[in-house]
Amino acid sequence: MDITRLTIHELTELLREGATTSIEITESVFKKIEAVEERVNAYITLTKDEAFKMAEKADKDIREGKAGALSGIPVAVKDNMCMKGVKTTCGSHILENFIPPYDATVVRKLKEAGAVITGKTNLDEFAMGSSTETSYFGVTRNPWDLERVPGGSSGGSAAAVASDECIAALGSDTGGSIRQPAAHCGVVGMKPTYGRISRYGLVAFASSLDQIGPITKDVEDCAIMMNGIAGYDANESTSVPEKVSDYRAFVSRDIEGWTVGIPKEYFIEGIDPEVLSSVNNAIKTMEALGAECREISLPHTEYCVAIYYIIAPSEASSNLARYDGVRYGFRQKGEEDLLDMYKTTRSSGFGAEVKRRIMIGTYALSSGYYDAYYKKASQVRMLLRNDFDEAFRTCDIILTPTTPTPAFTIGEKMDDPLQMYLSDIFTLSTNLAGVPGIVVPCGYTEGGLPIAVQFMASHFEEGKLIQAASAFEKNAGFARRRPEL
Amino acid sequence: MKISKEEVGHVAHLARLNFSEEEKETYTSQLNEILMYMDILNKIDTSDVAPMTHAISLTNALRDDVKRKSLGTDRALANAPEEAGDFFKVPRVID
Repeated sequence: MDITRLTIHELTELLREGATTSIEITESVFKKIEAVEERVNAYITLTKDEAFKMAEKADKDIREGKAGALSGIPVAVKDNMCMKGVKTTCGSHILENFIPPYDATVVRKLKEAGAVITGKTNLDEFAMGSSTETSYFGVTRNPWDLERVPGGSSGGSAAAVASDECIAALGSDTGGSIRQPAAHCGVVGMKPTYGRISRYGLVAFASSLDQIGPITKDVEDCAIMMNGIAGYDANESTSVPEKVSDYRAFVSRDIEGWTVGIPKEYFIEGIDPEVLSSVNNAIKTMEALGAECREISLPHTEYCVAIYYIIAPSEASSNLARYDGVRYGFRQKGEEDLLDMYKTTRSSGFGAEVKRRIMIGTYALSSGYYDAYYKKASQVRMLLRNDFDEAFRTCDIILTPTTPTPAFTIGEKMDDPLQMYLSDIFTLSTNLAGVPGIVVPCGYTEGGLPIAVQFMASHFEEGKLIQAASAFEKNAGFARRRPEL
Repeated sequence: MKISKEEVGHVAHLARLNFSEEEKETYTSQLNEILMYMDILNKIDTSDVAPMTHAISLTNALRDDVKRKSLGTDRALANAPEEAGDFFKVPRVID
């Protein structure tokens, strides 16, 4: 048996019974990494020594009856979350040598729950991208087809879970960066409600949109990870003191009598026919489970890309101002003075996509343009949020496709930024409205590429998402498939 | 045209970035394409709509003003490219 293929809940059971040890699981995971990493490139940094220390401690805790919810489970962390003493690069040259002096709250919580942290995963530079191609450390390849992208920006985390180079992973999602790669890699990914999980120690990209969440092999694991990381944090002023549910309690409940909204604006021309037919089958599965699927309208959907690509770059241009060659390791000396050092450092430290977004954001916030761009986008964002509030008055959840196409080929969209931005068309709205979303495999193309359905729920209704996704997963018949690597 | 090559140069200065002439050309054409796409928002009348600043309603998060443990100078300076004593060192600012 290849134990790297198992889930958190299965491994936890084996650990509890004494049928395996965390050291044994961790060894298997690092053997898998050795075997496939050269082809997949899911990780930027491996923390093998630390991992074995954590595994040893987990085994001791389990023996002594002191096991936490994630004791002994190998988990990978996207490389934009700080782990004390371990390089946190954000996939950027400018942070290539940055070693954070503290743990992000989510990393601290993983450690406290007994997880074994295997390493830091690859991402688009500063999480800006939909393909993991903009990483300074090379592209991650999709384990289902090595010529294709894994999606992004959490492409390393999604590819690592899909290729069993870890058991579960953390990603971050600003406009789809957990859900789109999870969809392209055939795994489960959740973006929780804005404010549900502390972002203390997450390198900021767009502060009104960023959220951390799990990428896992099945829905039950997603619930287990959520239980481990959700909750208020005094270090993070946008985290919310709302009660955290036991998400695992929502697994295996039925959805009989639920109302599922199907927004007509998400079934547009240009959707790949295989994606469309898989999502239509997902609707049938939900009906077979006793839910009523009803067409609804989210009338401001067509504006999502425009709103997002004003708001996110504007916030990014402000957040990334701090990388000026003074505090974070990298400095490129200019010829003359301080200003020259700033410019030389930033120009050589940032990649093309990051500079493009800094330029869009700086322009949109600059004198004379603020009302036309940032303010206008924020107003339309309000209308979009109202669409969701209205929909959730009558619907328990909303069902949509996750992406218009399956994973595209490496290089296909790199020369056309706008085309790349349009690939996020179905995932941006949840970030803009602040609501949670989850993606679950719902089919495969003839060529064997994964397709996923997305469920959305109202603010702080992650439990409903777990319930719907778990009911769907158990009946759709696409769970747990793995690529042959 | 939404943005000229000269404006791209000005915005680059505001963003503390240097571009070659060739990069300026590329960014000018890409930014124009992207900003043109944003025009779609002008289809909507938003004169009575309040801008949304946060996804959830938030109030100021304040804590009691008590002394807490902080990072400390050594750890704060650990990633400094250059340091002098207890300070981050930067190139000459004024003549």
